[in-house]
Amino acid sequence: MSELRYEAPASLKAAAALLAKEKGLAKILAGGTDVIVQMETDLIEPELLVDIKKIAVLRKITAEKGGFRIGAAVSGMEMMEHAALCKSWPGVLDGVKLIGSIQVKARATVAGNLCNGSPAADSVPPMITAGAVARIVGPKKTREVPVEEIPLSPGKTNLAKGEIIESFFLPKRPKNSGDAYERFTPRTEMDIAVVGVAINLTLDADGVCTAARVCLGAVAPTVIVSKECAAALVGTKVDQAALDKLAAAASAACRPIDDKRGTIEFRTKVAGVLARRVAVKALERARRIA
Amino acid sequence: MSKKHHLAMNVNGDDYEFLCETHQSLLDVLRDELMLTGTKEGCATGDCGACSVTLDGRLACSCLVLAVECEGAKIGTIEGMARGDVLHPLQRNFLELNGLQCGICTPGILIAARSLLERNPDPSETEIRYWLAGNLCRCTGYDKIIRSVQAAAKEMRGA
Ligand code: FES
Ligand code: FES
Repeated sequence: MSELRYEAPASLKAAAALLAKEKGLAKILAGGTDVIVQMETDLIEPELLVDIKKIAVLRKITAEKGGFRIGAAVSGMEMMEHAALCKSWPGVLDGVKLIGSIQVKARATVAGNLCNGSPAADSVPPMITAGAVARIVGPKKTREVPVEEIPLSPGKTNLAKGEIIESFFLPKRPKNSGDAYERFTPRTEMDIAVVGVAINLTLDADGVCTAARVCLGAVAPTVIVSKECAAALVGTKVDQAALDKLAAAASAACRPIDDKRGTIEFRTKVAGVLARRVAVKALERARRIA
Repeated sequence: MSKKHHLAMNVNGDDYEFLCETHQSLLDVLRDELMLTGTKEGCATGDCGACSVTLDGRLACSCLVLAVECEGAKIGTIEGMARGDVLHPLQRNFLELNGLQCGICTPGILIAARSLLERNPDPSETEIRYWLAGNLCRCTGYDKIIRSVQAAAKEMRGA
């Protein structure tokens, strides 16, 4: 076994260079709540850890173009304590609040939740419905990528060797918009989603839904962005008929597996039930957040 | 393997310098290098909360933090909770109201509860239960833990 090395560079460029030139397995260490557990349980044996928490720009939430830029090393608790962010994107925060215990959220980051590559990650569906765009810095170039394009399969992302998520951009909120995320778990806390649903919608002055994004978690190898679900809402007042169509579309979009936490049949049914609930919650928020 | 990092951190107001390896967690260092064994290990994977400490004022699992990440950090552990022989109100109420049985979860729960009361001196039962959701207890059934925290909170508010 070769020795595990630790680096805590002060710039993103230096971090990307360290990752790019490493021959063995190199891991980014942000919150560490997945990486350290994977090391402890011998799932991975990295040779290099690159701690990105000393890179100042990665630690900040800043206002940008009426929206927010969230640095990749910002912890869940820091997001939960940011009043303006919570007010603007309550659905994103629904997801963040469900990531583990207070202790875990003190360290864990949304970037880590995404890069860990689990289809059950709680913060990923609401980040996708929010239209979040990741800024990815690599040794050669910087690219902007919508969050939904990052997960490829369980544990795999489209980040190349040497690339690091620098931040996420959450756009300015149109008027009368609301988002929400809920998941089903056997326990109330400290559990992994059996099904998760995020919805972000915008209403016009008459209360008609003009735009919607719907994302399902834990019911396929990656999170699913469902156009059919969104279509069930757009043009309606999100009434019973629209909710029925949404629920049917959500169940139809599922491609789940059977496992100890839920059967295919159960997950398919619950996706519809949750979609309906989450739509109602997003609707209430859209009416409240003028 | 040689210990290759020379680090300094402050634990409960005292400065420490120590040597450690990259893979050693903050929990490992507290217990094995600094001999502060009040912080317990239940799982080493972030599930049980027995290893809870404060890290620069924030409640965290010391098993989920590498010691090398803590250069210059301020750590709070159970050893810093009582003032000499005078127990913290949380500690006293846990004793009086049987908030512990075997006691292995207790240091972590006390640290977590103190961190809650610093932020919210008058939490509801639901808020206490959610805040402590990351601290498992095999013995008490939790109810007496909640009562002990409520009693300590009340006392600390001077109510
Ligand atoms: S020992 Fe750290 S959470 Fe269990
Ligand atoms: S008192 Fe035994 S685990 Fe809590």
